Amino acid sequence: MKILVCISHVPDTTTKIKFIDGKSLDTAGVQWIINPWDELALTRALELKESSNGLIDHVSVITVGGPDTEPTIRKALAIGADSAIRVNAAAGDTFFVAYQVAEAIKNSGFDIILAGIDSCDFNGSSFGSMLGEFLSITSVSSVSGVNFNGNDISVDREIDGGKEILSCPVPFVAIVQKGITKEPRIPSMRGIMTARTKPLAVVEPVACEALTEFLSFELPKHKASCRMVDPENVKELVELLRNEAKVI
Amino acid sequence: MSILIYAESREGMFKKSVFELASYAAAVAKMMNSQAIALVTGNPGQEEMKKLGNYGISKILSFYDESVKVFDSAICCQVIEAVVKKENCPLVIFQHNNTGKALAPRLSARLKAGLVTAVISLPESTKPFIVTKKVYTAKAFARVAIKTQVKILTLSQNSYMLTESKTDPAIEQFSIQLDKSQLKISVKEVQLLTGKILLTDAEIVVSGGRGMRGPENWQPIIDLAEALGAATACSRPVSDEGWRPHTEHVGQTGKIIAPNLYIACGISGAIQHMGGVGSAKVVVAINKDKDAPIFEIADYGIVGDVFKVLPELISAVKEHKAK
Ligand SMILES: Cc1cc2nc3c(=O)[nH]c(=O)nc-3n(C[C@H](O)[C@H](O)[C@H](O)COP(=O)(O)OP(=O)(O)OC[C@H]3O[C@@H](n4cnc5c(N)ncnc54)[C@H](O)[C@@H]3O)c2cc1C
Repeated sequence: MKILVCISHVPDTTTKIKFIDGKSLDTAGVQWIINPWDELALTRALELKESSNGLIDHVSVITVGGPDTEPTIRKALAIGADSAIRVNAAAGDTFFVAYQVAEAIKNSGFDIILAGIDSCDFNGSSFGSMLGEFLSITSVSSVSGVNFNGNDISVDREIDGGKEILSCPVPFVAIVQKGITKEPRIPSMRGIMTARTKPLAVVEPVACEALTEFLSFELPKHKASCRMVDPENVKELVELLRNEAKVI
Repeated sequence: MSILIYAESREGMFKKSVFELASYAAAVAKMMNSQAIALVTGNPGQEEMKKLGNYGISKILSFYDESVKVFDSAICCQVIEAVVKKENCPLVIFQHNNTGKALAPRLSARLKAGLVTAVISLPESTKPFIVTKKVYTAKAFARVAIKTQVKILTLSQNSYMLTESKTDPAIEQFSIQLDKSQLKISVKEVQLLTGKILLTDAEIVVSGGRGMRGPENWQPIIDLAEALGAATACSRPVSDEGWRPHTEHVGQTGKIIAPNLYIACGISGAIQHMGGVGSAKVVVAINKDKDAPIFEIADYGIVGDVFKVLPELISAVKEHKAK
């Protein structure tokens, strides 16, 4: 069996977000990383491969992006992916990206496709379910576990106030979130060396139009400064929450 | 032509957030000289369904089939697609929760309808159709235009006020022939946590960070939550250390919540933490370090030791509740 992990190339989560004329992100000094959810998904894919007794023999990663995303892809290879695909296009909206990924892999026979629940740039929370529809296969969202049960695969799905354990025949897309694994893996020295020679296929995009357009960006208005309450007079806080903020 | 909401019910009931969604849809419908209707698949009773009328929903389509008991997004989208076609809907709106995040994108791909998720306010215009959404984990906002005829939105929690406008909605049974071959998953087991206020539903949340120093010190957090009728939450290191269950972890990599009141105790206010709670209406911070970043985003702050402040706060709250 083969696993595909969809990764997104995003600004580091501690980036101070600034825009140029409110039109585009000011990328000066921005560190780019694998979207944290996708990194967890990749880690889980490698764990599954290692514990599968050979049942899973290949883990690939894919991203849609220009040549500038290659360091991020190489990092995924250094962490342990066996091969990578880059669809050579600037990422449009999620519809565009999911469509490109579907077209690039539709005949590749992936059994399990993992995608993160959200990306920390545009917070679309929509890629994985779109991909499932484009490929006409099951998509399961809010996934906090993917496990082997003999040769069967079970998927844990978080629901309000609990979780469901699903039996899930391949192929499927699992949209993963917290719980999928504990810590993201970091590349080893050997991983970094071998990543250079692992296959990275570059494919050209197919025709597709984005359905939405980002017009402009703005930063939140600064909150009025914090009102300090004397620790010796905690009652005042309760008064304020009741009479001024009216939240209790 | 009608604007459609997907009204999710649990155990035969709608949550307040569904009524917020209804209120929002009714307001958008007004902007578009249209009406707002709801699709219900959970089979709540007539009386519960009628409640949607209190928030401006003028018609309810009720669909029920055994196979929707297992929630599968492909199956559910077949139903929604049929409603969109039958009612000629230019706009479909979901909640931005687990269900909405599973359905809206699948429907978008199916109908080739532009989707904007985590919308926070009414459209600034409907022709062209422009909405505002959160981006960069709530560190910024973006204005986004949808270019297709049919449009899809998910509405962020707690971003629109309940607005009463009484209508007496007609309830219609809706049925279609489902292609059940798409249903591949089955539920083997359900594990429920019972008896607690759900974090994502809670109006008030009391949260503890590493400043609480250990799981044995959590009682004041629990007591304050109980006194306020609040849910409890924690920062990521706290759940990583196993001091608290992972279901309580809020932040960019945990749950994203938007309560009316968030009380952060011994939490420094890291950017990834605030990504999960930045939409809270009012933030209270209790921290012994006056320079902790949490005070930059808090509305009210106390610089002090949580172990001294919390007991006093608990008694002040109890006193206030007793009044
Ligand atoms: C990719 C990524 C994703 C992340 N996602 C999340 C996330 O989803 N959620 C999250 O929370 N974090 C997340 N983090 C971690 C985040 O960066 C911070 O490390 C974390 O939020 C800090 O938790 P804390 O505030 O509890 O602890 P600390 O930062 O250690 O803060 C403890 C605070 O307690 C105060 N304190 C100590 N003793 C007392 C006392 N007696 N009385 C009063 N105050 C006291 C201290 O002054 C300090 O401000 C993420 C990090 C990364 C890199």
